[in-house]
Amino acid sequence: MTSRYTFGGDEHIFVEVEEAMSLEAFFVSLSMTNAVREAGIEGVTEICPANASFQIKFDPDVIRPDDLMAELKRLEATAESAEHALDTRIVEVPVYYQDPWTNETLMRFRERHQDPDATDIEYAASINGYDSVEKFIEAHSGAPWFVSMVGFVSGLPFLYQMVERQRQIEVPKYLRPRTDTPRLTVGYGGCFSCIYSVRGAGGYQMFGITPMPIFDPEQKVSYLQDFMVFFRPGDIVKWKPIDRAEYDEAVAEVQAGTFAPRIKNVRFSLDEYNADIDGTNAKLMGALYAD
Amino acid sequence: MPINVISAGIATTIQDLGRPGYYHLGIPMGGAMDRLALRAANLLVGNDEGAAGLESVFVGPELEFTEDAMVAVCGAELPPKVDGEPRGTWTAFPVKAGQVLSFDFLKAGARAYIAVSGGINTQPKLGSRSTYAIGALGGIDGRAVQPGDTLPLGTGVKAVKEGLAVPQELRRGPGSPAELRVLPGLYWHRITEAAQKNFFEDTWKVANEADRMGYRFQGGRKLDFVAREQPFGAGADPSNITDACYPYGSIQVPSGTEPIVLHRDAVSGGGYFMLGTVISADMDLIGQLQPHTPVQFVRVDMDTALAARHDRAAVMNAIRDALA
Repeated sequence: MTSRYTFGGDEHIFVEVEEAMSLEAFFVSLSMTNAVREAGIEGVTEICPANASFQIKFDPDVIRPDDLMAELKRLEATAESAEHALDTRIVEVPVYYQDPWTNETLMRFRERHQDPDATDIEYAASINGYDSVEKFIEAHSGAPWFVSMVGFVSGLPFLYQMVERQRQIEVPKYLRPRTDTPRLTVGYGGCFSCIYSVRGAGGYQMFGITPMPIFDPEQKVSYLQDFMVFFRPGDIVKWKPIDRAEYDEAVAEVQAGTFAPRIKNVRFSLDEYNADIDGTNAKLMGALYAD
Repeated sequence: MPINVISAGIATTIQDLGRPGYYHLGIPMGGAMDRLALRAANLLVGNDEGAAGLESVFVGPELEFTEDAMVAVCGAELPPKVDGEPRGTWTAFPVKAGQVLSFDFLKAGARAYIAVSGGINTQPKLGSRSTYAIGALGGIDGRAVQPGDTLPLGTGVKAVKEGLAVPQELRRGPGSPAELRVLPGLYWHRITEAAQKNFFEDTWKVANEADRMGYRFQGGRKLDFVAREQPFGAGADPSNITDACYPYGSIQVPSGTEPIVLHRDAVSGGGYFMLGTVISADMDLIGQLQPHTPVQFVRVDMDTALAARHDRAAVMNAIRDALA
C-alpha cells in the first residue's frame, strides 16, 4: 500500500492509507496508530484511527511538523510488517428494524431523500437488488460487522460488514442531512453501518433502532460504569433482529440496570478471514453463542 | 456562595481550555472558541489561565452575585454593567454581593468571555468543565446555562489590582474583511486548478449557521471536482470520501458549494472531503466573526503558519507581562 501523507494545518498530520475502504487498509491504519502510540513521540497529543486513514494531532512547539512527518513515514515499514490480527470482542447488538421512531423521523425529512415515496430501508433494499425488506434485513443481520472507526460524535461506531465485496451493501447518504436522528438509530451511508450514540443531525439512511445504550456520560448504565464509551475499533458486532415486545423488554432491563449485552473475547486474523470468510464468520458466531 | 443566573443571554456556556485526548472517540476538545480572550479574562481576575468562565454569544447574561468578586469581560465588545453602571471590557472590576452584572448591546465581535475570581467551579468531566452539549458533557448537566441556575465559584485566588487592564494594542479583533490563513492540503487535489484559484480569490461571507461545531461560509463560486470514479465505500457525490478524521480548522465543502470550517466542538470525522485547514493562529478569530462578515481566505505555507503561531504566542506573552 502507498499511504498518502498530508498536513491538516500546523497541528495535524493526516494519512490516507487507501482511497477505498477495505479491511486491509483498516489494519494498516490500526497498526500505524498502535505504532505511533507505542513510540511515545513527544508532542503527539491525539491519535485517531479511522476506516482507511488516520490522523495525528501534535503540538508544533514541541515537535516540528516535518520531523513528525518523517517519523511517521519511518513507522510505516514497521506497521506494514505487523501481524494483521487482534484480540478483540464480539458483541450481540439487538436491532428493532422498521421501528416507529425512526419511521416518524424519516417521514418528517422526506423532502431531503432520494426516494420520497419509500422508507429508507425500502429504498436501500431496492437499490441493492433485494426483492423484499425482509431479505434485506437478513443480509444486514446475517453476517458480522467490524468496528472500523469510532467518532463523528461521542462514541459512534462506523461498522464494515464482513462479507465479500460483491455482497456488500452500499447506499447514498441523504441528499441533505437531517437536523434530527433518534438516539440509538442504526444508520447506513456508503458502505458503513453506524449506531447514532446521541440524538442529533445525521445523513445516514435509518433502518431501525437498538435498545442498547453505547454512550452514557452519567455512567449509570451497568456496562458503561468503567468508561462512558462502549465501542473500540476492532470490535465485532452481530445484529440480532428483535420485535417490539423484545425491544420494550430490553429497554426496561436497561432502565433496571440488568441489561447485559452478550460479549465474548475472540481473536481475529485477517489472513484467516481472507482465506475463508464464511468459515471465519461461523467460528466467530460459535464463540459468541457458546454456552 | 454561588452566582444566580437571572437571564442566560444566548448560548451562554461554561468553558475552559477544553478536554483534549478523546477525539478518537468522537469527543472533541471543546473549550473557549477564543482562547486568548478567556486566558486574558482569567489573568485579569487573578485566576489560572485555564479556569472556567462563561462564553456568551451576541447577548450577555444577567447574573446576581451572592459574594464579592472581581470580574473581567474579554473578547467581543459586549459592554458590562454593574447595577446598570457601565464598566469597561478587557478590564478588571469588582462586583459586590447583592449586585447584578448585566450587559449592553454587542458592539463588535461575537463571543464574550466572562471570568470571575475563583473561576466557575462545576464538576469537571473527562478533565474539563467545558460544556459539550451534544455529548451532554461538562457545564451544568451538559447543557447551556439557564435562568435559575446557580454557578459555584472556586477559591484560592491571587489578589489583583482594581482597574487592571489589557493594553489597547494587545486587544486583537478579526478586522474587516477578516482574513483567515489557510494551509492547503488534505484533499486539495480533489478540486480543479480553477476551483483552487477561485477559493482564494472570492470573498466569502459568514453564514447564519455558525456555531461551536463549525462556521459555514457563502457567496463564493462553486468548487468543481477533478473527475474520478468514486472509491468503494465513499458515496456517489464527488465531494464524498471514505469516512475519515477531520482536523480542527479543516475546511470541508459538501457538494462543493458552502465551505464549513470545523471548530472546537467539531464532529471528529465523516465523509466529506476537505481542501485544507485554517492555521492554528487564526482559530481564535473565527469565533469572533458575526454572520454576514466578509472573509478572505489567504493561502499560506507551513513556515508562515508556524511564524503566525509564534506571533500569536508572543501577543499572549505580552498580555501576561502586562498583567503580571
